[in-house]
Amino acid sequence: MQQPVELPDRIEVGPVIDEGHSLASVSDKITGIVLKRKTTLGWIFGFLVSFAVLQNLMAAATWLFVKGVGVWGINIPVGWGFAIVNFVWWIGIGHAGTLISAILLLLNQSWRNAINRFAEAMTLFAVMCAGMFPVLHTGRPWLAYWLFPYPNTMDLWPQFRSPLLWDVFAVSTYFTISAVFWYVGLIPDLANLRDTSKKRWQQLVFGGLAMGWRGSARHWQRYEKASLLLAGLATPLVVSVHTVVSFDFAVSIVPGWHTTIFPPYFVAGAIYSGFAMVLSLMIPLRHFYGLQDVITMRHLNNMAKVTLATGLIVAYGYMMEAFFGYFSADTYEKFMIWNRMTGPYAMFYWTLILCNIITPQFLWFKRIRTNVFVLWCLSIVVNIGMWLERFVIVITSLHRDFLPSSWSMYWPTLWDWMTFTGTLGLFLTCIFLFVRVLPSITIFELRMLLPGARVKEPIAQ
Amino acid sequence: MATDSDATNAMNETSKLNLHSIRTVLDKAKGPNYWRSLDELFSVDGFKEFLHREFPRQAGEWIDDEGRRNFIKLMGASLALAGLTACTKQPTEFLVPYVEQPEELIPGKPLFFATAFPIHGIANPVLVESHSFRPTKVEGNPQHPASLGSADVPTQASILGLYDPDRLQTVNYIGETRSYTAFLEAMIGQLGKQRAKNGAGIRILTETVTSPTLYSQIQAVLKDYPQAKWRQWEPLNHGRRMGAQQAFGQFLNPVYKFDQADVILSVDGNFLGNGPGGVRYARDWASKRIVRGGGTTQSRFYAVETTPTNTGAKADHRLSIKPSDMATFVRTLSAAVGGQAPGGAGDLSSQAFFQNLVKDLQAARGRSIVIAGDDQTAEVHAVCHYINQQLGNIGQTVVLTPSLEQNPVDQLGDIQALVNELNAGQVDLLLILGGNPAFNTPPALNMRGAIQRAAMRVRLGQYDDETSEICQWVIPETHAYEMWSDAPSYDGTMTIMQPLIAPLYNGKSAHEILAAFTVTPELSGYQIVQNYWKNKQKGGDFDAWWRQSIHDGLIKDSAPAPVNATAKLIEPHPPREAGEGNGYELSFHADPYILDGRYANNAWLQELPRPISRLTWDNAVIMSQKTAKDLGVTDEDRVAITANGYTVLGAVWRMPGQPDGSIALSLGYGHRRVGRAAMGAGFDVYPLRDFSNLSYIRGAQIRKTGELFRLAAVQHHFAMEGREPVHEGTLNEFRNDPYFAQKESETPNKLITIFPQNWEYHGYAWGMAIDLTACVGCNACVVACQSENNIAVVGKEQVLNTREMHWIRVDRYYKGHPEAPEMYFQPVPCQQCEDAPCELVCPVAATEHDQEGLNNMVYNRCVGTRYCSNNCPYKVRRFNFLLFSDWVTESVKLQRNPDVTVRSRGVMEKCTYCVQRINYAKITAEKQDRRVYDGEVVPACAATCPSQAIIFGDLNDPKSKVSQWKAEKLNYSLLGELNTRPRTTYLAEIRNPAFEGAGEVS
Repeated sequence: MQQPVELPDRIEVGPVIDEGHSLASVSDKITGIVLKRKTTLGWIFGFLVSFAVLQNLMAAATWLFVKGVGVWGINIPVGWGFAIVNFVWWIGIGHAGTLISAILLLLNQSWRNAINRFAEAMTLFAVMCAGMFPVLHTGRPWLAYWLFPYPNTMDLWPQFRSPLLWDVFAVSTYFTISAVFWYVGLIPDLANLRDTSKKRWQQLVFGGLAMGWRGSARHWQRYEKASLLLAGLATPLVVSVHTVVSFDFAVSIVPGWHTTIFPPYFVAGAIYSGFAMVLSLMIPLRHFYGLQDVITMRHLNNMAKVTLATGLIVAYGYMMEAFFGYFSADTYEKFMIWNRMTGPYAMFYWTLILCNIITPQFLWFKRIRTNVFVLWCLSIVVNIGMWLERFVIVITSLHRDFLPSSWSMYWPTLWDWMTFTGTLGLFLTCIFLFVRVLPSITIFELRMLLPGARVKEPIAQ
Repeated sequence: MATDSDATNAMNETSKLNLHSIRTVLDKAKGPNYWRSLDELFSVDGFKEFLHREFPRQAGEWIDDEGRRNFIKLMGASLALAGLTACTKQPTEFLVPYVEQPEELIPGKPLFFATAFPIHGIANPVLVESHSFRPTKVEGNPQHPASLGSADVPTQASILGLYDPDRLQTVNYIGETRSYTAFLEAMIGQLGKQRAKNGAGIRILTETVTSPTLYSQIQAVLKDYPQAKWRQWEPLNHGRRMGAQQAFGQFLNPVYKFDQADVILSVDGNFLGNGPGGVRYARDWASKRIVRGGGTTQSRFYAVETTPTNTGAKADHRLSIKPSDMATFVRTLSAAVGGQAPGGAGDLSSQAFFQNLVKDLQAARGRSIVIAGDDQTAEVHAVCHYINQQLGNIGQTVVLTPSLEQNPVDQLGDIQALVNELNAGQVDLLLILGGNPAFNTPPALNMRGAIQRAAMRVRLGQYDDETSEICQWVIPETHAYEMWSDAPSYDGTMTIMQPLIAPLYNGKSAHEILAAFTVTPELSGYQIVQNYWKNKQKGGDFDAWWRQSIHDGLIKDSAPAPVNATAKLIEPHPPREAGEGNGYELSFHADPYILDGRYANNAWLQELPRPISRLTWDNAVIMSQKTAKDLGVTDEDRVAITANGYTVLGAVWRMPGQPDGSIALSLGYGHRRVGRAAMGAGFDVYPLRDFSNLSYIRGAQIRKTGELFRLAAVQHHFAMEGREPVHEGTLNEFRNDPYFAQKESETPNKLITIFPQNWEYHGYAWGMAIDLTACVGCNACVVACQSENNIAVVGKEQVLNTREMHWIRVDRYYKGHPEAPEMYFQPVPCQQCEDAPCELVCPVAATEHDQEGLNNMVYNRCVGTRYCSNNCPYKVRRFNFLLFSDWVTESVKLQRNPDVTVRSRGVMEKCTYCVQRINYAKITAEKQDRRVYDGEVVPACAATCPSQAIIFGDLNDPKSKVSQWKAEKLNYSLLGELNTRPRTTYLAEIRNPAFEGAGEVS
């Protein structure tokens, strides 16, 4: 048999981990963030700001429960507003984490090791934010559990033809798998923390969470198998969750929603916004925690490339949407796309095109991909663009549908904004807590990247 | 022992006046079981003292030691147990079953009573649905020629007025609650003084009196007090009254026979579903317009009007002219019809509209109608009468009867005289029965100041309104459904009105107030009305006659015989010189729903979209696009209008079809008082009305204020955007290609769906059809539905965010040139699709198809995702975004239909084809072992539709009316191309224009 051809090293922007790190220094560095580093004023400030913003959510949700969904700007014809826009946006953001931790693991992309824990945590928090909206947006949230199929005295099942029901399964599965995957991945590091920590309570807490991990070969063998299995489970989710979310729209008959292109277009958009969000968070993280040596330019470069690729798919989606609006020769479809481009919400549409199609084209240039600040700004623009995309899809399709007599406008209220910003607060609060109390970078996987961890084995014939 | 007997004595003394003893006294009372008045009770010894003590005597001292201990024990236990029950909020309610079941009452089965709801004195005959003697819903009286089972908008909404919590609830004397007896005492005092001077200081101000009983009472008062005077005032219908007087030389009431008219000209008329006879007129008009059942002819309908009305919208040709041109127009027409060469208005008569109108009218002598609108001047009315005479229509299509008013007078002269007397200090006792003169009289009269010059001012009114404010004695007036009275309908057929319920707020009727002038001041309305008719109906069995008349809701053959009269062409009224030249023309119109403001506090009416402007909760400064542009304003800009020496502020609403330079204003808004719905709604335009011409005023100045005032319209898009939801064509097109409507839209093969289509409906298959040719856009169906289905009122703020709850709406679309648009109406209830997009997407199966094809909505199951509404292409689903239903106001709860759920917050709702009525009929049919008859189930909208544009029934019965309608060549499905296969279908609108271009501007 022929030896596999050693592919020449691709031209990389830099190593996955900077020179000079040893197994011990990596451990010290990451565990130190949690155990030794003093809580900085910056962290306290950031946390307090996030926590304060989170109170928007508490206030808005309380008022919502007291008064009803009418405190938002929704109406007839626009029955769905910010709640669904935010739901889709948050779910989309989650997708990058799953892609990084599952698909890139299966594809043996070792550069992912430095960012996957953080990205996964981000997934978890984003899905938490997303999951709240479907409950909040129901008219009678105290009965939202009726969407679950459970044996009941009413002898009623949910209505299985409804995409909203599929959503329930998709999102709850997604959250469960993501949480388990994330936690399983944490176990070896929790054991590391348990062993490194000096304080008794820390040892007890981390020890409990580590679930008796001793690092034996059998543990590692089982761990690898579990990781692979979970990655295998999570991989289809990357595609399926947002596909199902897109069904909420695609299955309906509303012009602008009823399109077959939605599933791939939504998945690409999700990964697009997810990677943008990872960049938006990772860049400050590596800056403030001095992690430039483990989250290197190579990571940023790679993520920027993925962002560009998915951005191009999304751009293709927009073009197809417009093309089919015209090509269908259907009055309603044609009007829908024309209304998006020239109607009362045209500004939103063109801003979205600017944010999602024009701006990412800068990522073709290596100089931009490697300019951390510009990259960060671009990632924020993409995040805004993707939020606008959902706004345009949800609102402009509904506000002028079939009968001109029902046409109307939708404008969010203060409570809409407070709910939305409140979930941003929740997300950031969780992120702040996470980077403070848990290792935000996978220690053992990072150590595997070190030259010392490489075991030269003869390739089995 | 001495002490013992002392204590017993003391106890006897203290217990002399406890509740028990009062009860005993009452129990012993003979005759009627209950005390009738407080006076009767007062005769019980010491009762007054009992009332004045805060607590019964025993409460102060503990006589029984045992009782105190037990009390404390029980209280302790109660406190301990209170925690157990505190979790649930269960009000204490005592359910008392009937000891003796009232005759005819079967709990759960409604009874219907015939009565009438008079508007401006003209009876709208109704059957009132009554659940356990609680009136809940109004239907037209099918036996009565003025109704034939239909009812107009204010009549449908009248039931809410009955339960209005803002109505006056007590007799008031300068803001203090008094008893009615106290009022009678005050009256007796005043009347004693007046008797000495033959009643010279007595003035009675009423609205237009049509009730013969009331008239006879007033006559009796005037006989007793020969110097007393009776005045009448209503702000509307002056032109109508005086026009007939001027043309015929006597007060006459024209009755139009639209079912015999081939050519109709409406001069600013709004007779389709509005005003006296509007319900019957709409049906007669429609009978000459519909082309169902193989018909290929239609009457031709011309309309000349200023501001577009739903009547003008239905015209084959509509000409919009300024109000000041209206008299010239009819005079030119009269000349042209008489064969004279038109002179003066050259440009007008050269128009195709005019030429064709003259040709058509001349060709239809004796078979045409020229009708003037109630807001028009007397001159226009008079000339229209004259044209009818020229055309030989009098006695044919226009039947004259004696005036329906008991004593028709020039009310402007009447009110002027009253004001003079008031200002001269001649009035000691001013009795204002109904109306709201302090609000709706021309400002030049300074009515407000004048009224206050009367020494004793007595007001009978339903509300604490602008007039009540300045009267000393304010007596709550009964609602039409709480009183005995009588009133004629548009053709003079008399109805004896019976009460449906005892006065909710101890109100008194005008009859009862006038009884205060007699020796029997406490005579009941029942006795008064019955006595009148007893005197009138001599011979025969009165009791049987009385019962029959009350039961039927009309007095048989009471319509007066037609009168022969000849109209003359009156001299032109001298044109008003002041204010001419530059400036704008303001025309004043009765609001189609709240009329002169009398129903301003009816929230259903306030929230009911106006037929053309689609505005709710406000009136507006209606102007054309060009006028707005000239003024530099647009919709919702607040402008200051100055005319007649007064300035009012109102918001602009641009209206296609309004002539340039003219501005239409609705009366009746801008109340300072009255109630919660009326206050803050719109602006008051009465001050702009000039005494000399109540119809319009010229030379008004308009200034932009720069402020913005939000107007709540329910429809923001008026064009059809090339989608043709309304399929329409001309009579010629229909004759050439009867199937044109079905060709206009593509209906896909019903098998193009992934869901099985082999389902068969074995029992009933309910369906509905709506004939757009017949629909006159009056919106009566909307209120009927609201009343039947407990639909909530949401208020202006919510309407601004398009959250109104109406289950059926009447869309209005424009077509053609914005200056002279064609207008179309389309009522849209739930279409009950066979392949309903809403059902598919509900995650909890809260909206499901049933075995009869209804698209059911299960409120209890709904969690409120609103997905169904998003996916509904007709957008007929309505969502309770907040707690819209009033769960607090007790009186409003009484109005609710017990057969329909009152929806709470967070629940979707929609039209159910009145499923409660379907089930009622099915149960009845099942008990009799038969199928439901065709026409046995009539949804509320179809029942009240004045022009009978809606039909409902079983599609499985090929002979049912609805099946026949649906077999018509004009039948089409709204958005049929979506393959939703609606159970509600439409019959395309057919119009009969004489030439191309339906609308014109002068």
